[in-house]
Amino acid sequence: MCISTVKFSFAISTGSKVPIYKQITDQVWMAVASGRLAVGDQLPSVRALAEELVVNPNTIAHAYSDLTRDGLIESRAGRGVFIVQKRKVFTSEEARRRLEPLLDAAIGEAMALDFSPQELSAAFQKKLDQWTQSKGGSSDHE
Amino acid sequence: MNEPPVIRTRELTRYFGRKPAVEGLTLDVPRGSVFAFLGRNGSGKTTTIRMLLGLMQPTRGTGAVLGHDIRALPPGVRARIGYLTEEHQLYGWMNVRECGDFQSQFYPRWNEKVFRGVVGHFNLGLTARVKDLSRGERAGLCLGLTLAPEPELLILDDPTLGLDPVACRSLVESMIYLTRRSDRTIFFSSHQLADVERVADYIAIMDHSVLRACCPLETFRNSVQQVRLQFPGAPPPLPAIPGLLQAFRTEGELRLTCVHYNGATEKALRALSPAQFEMVPISLEDAFISYLGERGEKSFILSETEAKS
Repeated sequence: MCISTVKFSFAISTGSKVPIYKQITDQVWMAVASGRLAVGDQLPSVRALAEELVVNPNTIAHAYSDLTRDGLIESRAGRGVFIVQKRKVFTSEEARRRLEPLLDAAIGEAMALDFSPQELSAAFQKKLDQWTQSKGGSSDHE
Repeated sequence: MNEPPVIRTRELTRYFGRKPAVEGLTLDVPRGSVFAFLGRNGSGKTTTIRMLLGLMQPTRGTGAVLGHDIRALPPGVRARIGYLTEEHQLYGWMNVRECGDFQSQFYPRWNEKVFRGVVGHFNLGLTARVKDLSRGERAGLCLGLTLAPEPELLILDDPTLGLDPVACRSLVESMIYLTRRSDRTIFFSSHQLADVERVADYIAIMDHSVLRACCPLETFRNSVQQVRLQFPGAPPPLPAIPGLLQAFRTEGELRLTCVHYNGATEKALRALSPAQFEMVPISLEDAFISYLGERGEKSFILSETEAKS
């Protein structure tokens, strides 16, 4: 246990519409996208995270197996679980197909809040800039 | 997972007079699982647990725990089952350590480290008198006494009932800790769906003496789905939708909760030609309440651990 400590902490909530394993995978995706987790960073072991979050280890294992399948993490025998360089796991067609409902959901909810297409577009761009900036900002860690 | 189940019942039935308490219960609990036994009050959970422990005879049907007929559990097998109830036998004049020493006399496999670990986890001093303990502290002591013999099967009947949030969490933590040994099985009844969501691999749901669901927790969540249909005007009358559990109708909107949601369900719903069609994720609690709700048809999710007899 001498490898760089995990600087990222998970938070889960019960009673959510999102199952716990999905909350965990979502948080890893978000952390990687925003640069809080980078390639080479280690995640806690299944057992350690289960006991920290007080959830069934199988739930954590499920989350990790999804993340492994999606090419975001890799389990190295005897060493632990690490963030890896993202492999392309979806064909560009499939990726586009998955993007559709995400955009629909965001735009639908935003429209319901009475934003104009122009305002939405500007807000989207601003958010995008924030994300790419925070990613750049944290690139100096080891 | 091809090992024999730790608990196996076939058509297990118990009547009180002419009233069924448990009717035709067929259930397998896989070794190493954390199995939540759910249902409203009076649905037959405690009667089932009492039968499993040999504390009550079934009217008919069979059951086996750790491979032994529940009608005649040998004492050696009983010693491999840990049972936590509220009315644990405790002497008020004993202190915590004395309770452990006393209990250990009855168990050849007593693990003092486990006992100390559990009572420590509940912040109990070894010299504290039983009569001075709070309800949560008593629960911690009882759990220690139940876990120290290292039972292969732990049966908990509504373990968090009446406990404060801190004691509840300690108990759930202990359950997680117990899964370190992959051959240990936990079978617990509960109303606390937040705890169930945290710890359970499998759930079984009793309803009016009958088993209505028995599957991995995730299968249950995937089976119960909510859909929102929006219409330009008033929603059309609802045709028969297979697996419909609940329907809410508002101006221009139908919100339906269905079980066994699949392509056929979606086709039936799309045939209503809604302007918008949207799957709405729901929480475990909402799924559970919809599933046991009085509206709609009775549905059954009995997959995976369902008896293949």
